[in-house]
Amino acid sequence: MARRGTPEINAGSMADIAFLLLIFFLVATTMDVDTGISRLLPPIPEDQEDVEIDVRERNVLVVLINRDDQLMVGGELMDLPTLKEKTLEFFSNPTNAENLPEMKEVDIIFPPGTSASFPDGNATFLVSQGVISLQNDRSTTYGKYLQVQDVLVAAVNELRDQCALDYFGRHFDDLNPLNFTDAEIIEGIRKIYKMNISEAEPKNIGGN
Amino acid sequence: MSKFKKKDTKGLQAINTASLPDIVFMLLFFFMVTTVMRETTLQVQVQVPNASEVKKIEKKSLVSYIYVGRPVSGIVELYGTEPMIQLNDKIINDEGVPVEPIKDFVLFEREKLPEEDRNFMTISLRIDKNINMGKVTDVKQALRYANALKINYSAKRDYENQPVR
Repeated sequence: MARRGTPEINAGSMADIAFLLLIFFLVATTMDVDTGISRLLPPIPEDQEDVEIDVRERNVLVVLINRDDQLMVGGELMDLPTLKEKTLEFFSNPTNAENLPEMKEVDIIFPPGTSASFPDGNATFLVSQGVISLQNDRSTTYGKYLQVQDVLVAAVNELRDQCALDYFGRHFDDLNPLNFTDAEIIEGIRKIYKMNISEAEPKNIGGN
Repeated sequence: MSKFKKKDTKGLQAINTASLPDIVFMLLFFFMVTTVMRETTLQVQVQVPNASEVKKIEKKSLVSYIYVGRPVSGIVELYGTEPMIQLNDKIINDEGVPVEPIKDFVLFEREKLPEEDRNFMTISLRIDKNINMGKVTDVKQALRYANALKINYSAKRDYENQPVR
């Protein structure tokens, strides 16, 4: 007597169907991750009088990009690698030079026990008062503009990295912002080397 | 006659393929889960610049995109070859500073987010590297008026000029 029951379904074509779908999704997938340089725009000033903030001349480095994508930094023509050197010097002011930005003493509290240089976590650092003012013409290409932004950010990141290495023995990028202690260190280092890059109100430079 | 007969080694044995569907399904599910279907069709050509200091955008749900570039070849007859701004699927066609459309766009996108996340909304600017800054400045000014101050200049990681750290 043959036993009654559900006959087995032939699953041989299952693989084919799955393959078909797999190939579809393989082709349709875009794996690009979104990357970019984050910036905070200044709010529109409500009161016109508030705009005029008294900044000393030595504290400002003016970076101009003209319509031919040429770079002028503090009054002289420059290329990108030199701009980076200049920015590093400007923000760190290692020799306390007269023509570089003022350094102001600021108390910064780090989590205790993280650094050998200041075990209790209280440290005093010289913080640069410098601001880089980035100005461009309407005919400057966006590619050049972003390259300059990139160089300025790179310079500040390098200073932060050096600071993290000197005092905490770790790379700045290796600090984990989700870890509470690390987050405080990041916050502190950000106070020492601020990303003081100001984008000027739009205006025309170099004629149109 | 030996008691244990040698196995017949002649001829290839068929490989058992019963687990093949399982493996394929596993891959399939992986790709189904990771796939993000593109919601907007690009109507402008955008080739973002390279930069060495790029960071990954963390929360993609908080990001809205503004594209600036020259129109793709299919719609050149309609719009010409001058740089255009695209917000989602819509191209802005009016001359001058596009404050109003961008304001509306920002309000609309902000409305879509849950209330507690609205302050963290980021606008990602995907701008072609050969576009003049004039257009970019207009967009940035419009964003300032719309009070969308967190922006991200979209750029590709430049693998050749990575900083030595």
